[in-house]
Amino acid sequence: MDFADTPGEAEFRAEAAAFLERHAEPLTGANAVIRGRVPDEELLRRAREWQALKAEAGFAAITWAPEHGGRGGTPMEQVIYAQEEARFAVPRGVYEIGLGMCVPTVITHGTPDQHARHVAPAVRGEEIWCQLFSEPAAGSDVAGLRTRAVKDGEDWVINGQKIWTSGAHYADWGLLLARTDPHAAKHAGLTMFVIPMRAPGVEVRRIKQVAGTSNFNEVFFTDLRVPDSARVGAVGAGWKVGLTTLMNERLTVGGSVGTDFDEVFAFVRDLDTEDGPAIRNPAVRERLAEWYVRSRGLKYTRFRTITRLSRGQTPGPESSIGKLVTAGKMQEIASFALDLQGAAGVVTDRAVAPMGALFQETLLSAPGLRIAGGTDEIMRNIIAERVLGLPGDVRVDRDRPFSEIPAGKR
Amino acid sequence: MNFEFADELLAVRDGARSFLAKNAPTAAVRRVLDGEAPYDAATWRAIGELGWLGAAIPEELGGSGLGHEGLCVLAEEIGAAVAAIPFTSACMAAEAILLAGDAEQQRALLPGLATGETIFCLALAEGPGNPHPRAVKAEVRGGRLTGTKWPVADGGIADRAVVVAGDADGGIGLFLVELAGPGVTRTALESLDPTRNQARLDFAGAPALPLPAARGWAAVEAVLERSAVPIAFEQIGGARACLDMARDFAMERHAFGRPIASFQAIKHKLVDIYVANELARSNCYYAAWALGADAPDLSTAAAAARVSATEAFHLASKENIQVHGGMGFTWAADCHLYYRRAKLLSLMLGGAPWWKDRLVTRLELTNADQGA
Ligand SMILES: Cc1cc2nc3c(=O)[nH]c(=O)nc-3n(C[C@H](O)[C@H](O)[C@H](O)COP(=O)(O)OP(=O)(O)OC[C@H]3O[C@@H](n4cnc5c(N)ncnc54)[C@H](O)[C@@H]3O)c2cc1C
Repeated sequence: MDFADTPGEAEFRAEAAAFLERHAEPLTGANAVIRGRVPDEELLRRAREWQALKAEAGFAAITWAPEHGGRGGTPMEQVIYAQEEARFAVPRGVYEIGLGMCVPTVITHGTPDQHARHVAPAVRGEEIWCQLFSEPAAGSDVAGLRTRAVKDGEDWVINGQKIWTSGAHYADWGLLLARTDPHAAKHAGLTMFVIPMRAPGVEVRRIKQVAGTSNFNEVFFTDLRVPDSARVGAVGAGWKVGLTTLMNERLTVGGSVGTDFDEVFAFVRDLDTEDGPAIRNPAVRERLAEWYVRSRGLKYTRFRTITRLSRGQTPGPESSIGKLVTAGKMQEIASFALDLQGAAGVVTDRAVAPMGALFQETLLSAPGLRIAGGTDEIMRNIIAERVLGLPGDVRVDRDRPFSEIPAGKR
Repeated sequence: MNFEFADELLAVRDGARSFLAKNAPTAAVRRVLDGEAPYDAATWRAIGELGWLGAAIPEELGGSGLGHEGLCVLAEEIGAAVAAIPFTSACMAAEAILLAGDAEQQRALLPGLATGETIFCLALAEGPGNPHPRAVKAEVRGGRLTGTKWPVADGGIADRAVVVAGDADGGIGLFLVELAGPGVTRTALESLDPTRNQARLDFAGAPALPLPAARGWAAVEAVLERSAVPIAFEQIGGARACLDMARDFAMERHAFGRPIASFQAIKHKLVDIYVANELARSNCYYAAWALGADAPDLSTAAAAARVSATEAFHLASKENIQVHGGMGFTWAADCHLYYRRAKLLSLMLGGAPWWKDRLVTRLELTNADQGA
């Protein structure tokens, strides 16, 4: 075992680090450029500028082929760049859905014309994407979606509603999964489209989230008309196309910001209690140890994944546990850190709350991470079935025409 | 980055796995469980000949020179097989002798340890409580040891003991005692895991030779830390075996017209075990590297491996019984072998709360270093 880069990797790392040092500030914790910490307008502006810089320097789409505006690099180089970038206060949370999920789907399943139209502007940060999958009646069971796309001459006419769409209010394009055949079986009647978010017939309504901010939305389609060239993949192949998006999603989610071991460790060393710093308390020490081993366990699990990538192998099943462990741990840490603050734990005022109210804010954002990109329960199902090879759930709806499947009341 | 064992070691691991499956099935463990033998002598001899016990011992001292990473991959397989052999004690004694023995002692003792001809034990505890210097009452005066140690893992079958005792200077040291010699009384103790011997050792002026090269409580801690790493591998080996057993059983057992493996409560339980096992495995890999490389953060790495491996084996062994239902609660099913072993391994170097506390202490120290 060794933790050294190969000469090629070291060279790439140095190049990435040099770029970052020239253009970004080191991350201090206080200067994170993320939603909620900086105003939305500013976040978008800075994210655009940063994305353009990255693209120019060849770090925006490291693994993509040069004909798609990428660098033609390896997954290992992508990992190295991400490791380096994590040390800097660069804007996050705007382009991940497009570049991490939607555009890769277009690259995999789209036409050359679609590639030519969409890929380069996305890489340069000129266009932002959102993912239009979830609906009021179809989240975990996303194949149960009802938004209809009906062929009308050379066009498709779209009616229906999406929900929980992150960034729809500022996105230029949306990757939309719609039902084109309600009489086919559930998974067989779906088709994927790329839709312009600012077209008439698309209405976006902000939804206020637990934390009081609004980043996800309801999106209504009323007779939205798109040409057949907006279709990604074959008619009826939407589920297969969508799986590409979802696979990428699980690799993307988890990089979100919140509290981890380092934050709570720093906090309990500083917090004064009757018996000295809180870290002297055995109950606190026990929890710290548990979070440390989970945190390190994930870090070294990533090292195992990286080892496979570095050898040109595909990541093994160990990479699937990241989001599940991270989200729960984050919520536990935030909650425990507040317990130690006593009555003051309720105060969210950044000026007075410890560590700029980081724990309070994480308490309110962590529930979302346990739901977005596959709930804890769905992640467990996936690991059970794909990794451990256990049988799938009994499906009462599998082979019936979608139109005959009973619907719930909520 | 290469965070995987070398191909040679993976081959060693695969060889060990098939060797143990063939030669040390749980039927052999059960002979010890049922009191027909004090330990599985045939397996012990065989792995001694194969050089497993001397993996971390240099070749010039009779070892096979595979290194600590080699010892770790072997330990995982021994743990998965719940082998009824004094392996853990051999690891601890080897670390003690490598750390504190002088050159002559190492030449005299390690070859026998490496072949398994000499069985060693480490005598530290003196009744209930986690390791602590003030709990060491046994003492050596004028080369003679007095005091009582219990429990001593493998104390009833060992030829020699490495004993932690006070010395004439009021400090603590490691001493070597011949258990067949004068002044030693051994009393067998019944234990939670009868597949590993436990004894009480009473010393009344038994001849004791100091291991002079490392002294003080720090030496004891170093031995515990260094042996915690291969033992953590034993623990993840056991946890892996439990997950495999539970999965296989769940796939075959039917209830309500379907395999119980299709019930979500069972699926999610198995996933939770899988997640705990993977996290522990990753912590263990890092500790194996740190041990092999004598890394500055070995103490932290060893404690982290220990804490997560203990947690994983505990979860896997108890939930394996749960998945098996009534069958899991029988003497005949193998589930309890792992349940017993999980508790034994989690206790014999000091329990989980003690290691968690040590881990945090280490983190405080490292952080203070960085701050300074
Ligand atoms: C912050 C955030 C951002 C999001 N962004 C987007 C986005 O940009 N685009 C998008 O398309 N979607 C987005 N989503 C939606 C997200 O994918 C869904 O919320 C999620 O898949 C769950 O679906 P649901 O809300 O309909 O809950 P449901 O599927 O109704 O789940 C409710 C509960 O039932 C459980 N459950 C459901 N099915 C099973 C099962 N088979 N086994 C066990 N338990 C089950 C769930 O785990 C959950 O606990 C976002 C969600 C959040 C919270």
